[in-house]
Amino acid sequence: MKKRYMLGVFDDEEELVHATEELVSAKIEIFDIYTPFPVHGLDDLLNIKRSRLPIITFIAGVIGLVVSIGFQVWTSAFSWPINVGGKPMFSIPAFVPVSFEVTVLFGALITVGFFFLRSCLYPSKVAVLFHPRQTDDKFILALECSGAKFDEEKLGEKLRVLGASEVDISYK
Amino acid sequence: MSGDNHIAKIRTPLVTKDRKYRQISDDILNSLEKGPGIKWTICFSISFLVLLMGIGVIAYQISTGIGVWGLNKTVGWSWDITNFVFWVGIGHAGTLISAILLLFRQKWRTSINRAAEAMTIIAVCCAGIFPIIHMGRPWLAFWMFPYPNTRGDLWLNFRSPLLWDVFAISTYLTVSAVFWYIGLIPDLATVRDRTDSPLRKKIFALLSFGWTGSHRTWHRYEILCLILAGLAAPLVVSVHTIVSMDFATSVIPGWHTTIFPPYFVAGAVFSGFAMVLTLLLITRKVMNFEHYITKGHIDAMCKVLLVTGMMVGLAYSTEFFMAWYSGNEYEKFTFMNRAMGPYAWAYWTMVSCNVIFPQVLWFKAVRSNLVLVFIMSIVVNIGMWFERFVIITTSLHRDYLPSSWAMYSPTWVEVCTFIGTFGLFFTLFFLFVRFLPAIAVGEVKSVYKFARKNKDQVENV
Repeated sequence: MKKRYMLGVFDDEEELVHATEELVSAKIEIFDIYTPFPVHGLDDLLNIKRSRLPIITFIAGVIGLVVSIGFQVWTSAFSWPINVGGKPMFSIPAFVPVSFEVTVLFGALITVGFFFLRSCLYPSKVAVLFHPRQTDDKFILALECSGAKFDEEKLGEKLRVLGASEVDISYK
Repeated sequence: MSGDNHIAKIRTPLVTKDRKYRQISDDILNSLEKGPGIKWTICFSISFLVLLMGIGVIAYQISTGIGVWGLNKTVGWSWDITNFVFWVGIGHAGTLISAILLLFRQKWRTSINRAAEAMTIIAVCCAGIFPIIHMGRPWLAFWMFPYPNTRGDLWLNFRSPLLWDVFAISTYLTVSAVFWYIGLIPDLATVRDRTDSPLRKKIFALLSFGWTGSHRTWHRYEILCLILAGLAAPLVVSVHTIVSMDFATSVIPGWHTTIFPPYFVAGAVFSGFAMVLTLLLITRKVMNFEHYITKGHIDAMCKVLLVTGMMVGLAYSTEFFMAWYSGNEYEKFTFMNRAMGPYAWAYWTMVSCNVIFPQVLWFKAVRSNLVLVFIMSIVVNIGMWFERFVIITTSLHRDYLPSSWAMYSPTWVEVCTFIGTFGLFFTLFFLFVRFLPAIAVGEVKSVYKFARKNKDQVENV
């Protein structure tokens, strides 16, 4: 079953932020906003909680650190100990560079992986676009047409007053 | 951007022409839709021919053996490792621009980060060629990675700086490439939604991961970019630190110094920025990006060049001072030999190109004269190549035993291999500017309004 959406199309990000402010204060629920580049100030308006990706990075980094130190100690001191220039088998300072690199590698790759998972992005995924120019120069404010209080005419008028250059209806 | 509260009057816009957002996309992305121009075709063909020559020479030396190089028992590392360090150094500017300048909130980086990162990735690939050939049996290069094997679980020597290098450079390459690709995704989506060609639409739909520009994704995306920048910033510093340990952990006079890590990192940023300048001065002309890569950008990069050049100069004099102050005869001899021995010409080329000539960048008249800046960038590239040659060859060619003293000169094979890597470098770079957005379109749009109210101060470019 396709849902019905009302779109306010803006040409400028400042007008978009202003319109969002107005809609939020009028307690109208916003489905999502699509912009060609990140527009700051919307997070607070839409009450978006700060992403928890940094926690993932920390955990991934710790795993990388433990794995790399463990592996180096195991191979160099237990699995096949080799005397290299009389250095001790359990030579932690010499393991620092590789441990650092593996920590960073794990941190970066696992965080990116979680970003794709959480945002549901993957190769050749079909992008559901509300407007053909939303990745180029149009700023789209999408409202879901549902609920008894949803008055399309009034809202469309409101979006135009707030600066929308076009107001469309779309089914997705 | 609406997030900015105050912008000082002294700031000038980063894009020097009044554009609408649509026109910014047109300026940067329209060249992808058109056929290759005559300038691009000529540049690409030359690079590709040089690359083919390089492939031929590499095939020859691998099938014959690296005895075709000019190395001898005393000088066991020379052009190969010089070229390796040279290319790795060049690979430092891109991630520095995209990561460290992002953390420092330097908005001007938005026009140049994409191309600089591409340059980084390509330069690291060029660098990797040399140690792999130097192994002698490059088809066994995978032995450098720890994998369960049939040699009775014989592992790697994790105490060897050469192995640290393998990990440092492969991590750097991976993280830089991932960071670069993450930055590309929104722009790939822009290309996907603009193009008329069905084939291009299909390819970019595959590559852009279904990006829609939803605000929730943007929020997460910006956090991700900050995290990656935070991870990549120490990584940039670590790579050349570890490369310098290839030398510093040995006991060769001239290599065995604690100053090497910071000295190498400064030198790497220096040479990287020189190469970014060389490439971008060409790119902005060929691709008509003058209003995006402005004189302001070039001015800023020249200042980085000046600062890092003086850091390198400080390192040269510190090394000399320490050679005297240490009281170590061998150290003292090595450094006197560098400045006055048979390779003095290389040493003084290095000092002039890296320390003396860049001092002209103090003058605004020089920094805004693009021809002079281009010449300076080439001069620094040459100087930094000589720096590595001086460090590596002059430290080796005078051994502890005078009976093993030797000289080194490259054979045609080594020269052609080095030139061949330039072929690879430029071929890949030209393919990049032809088929991918060479400027981060979305990011430029996000800083377009920066200081635009102070527009009366815009210089004419």
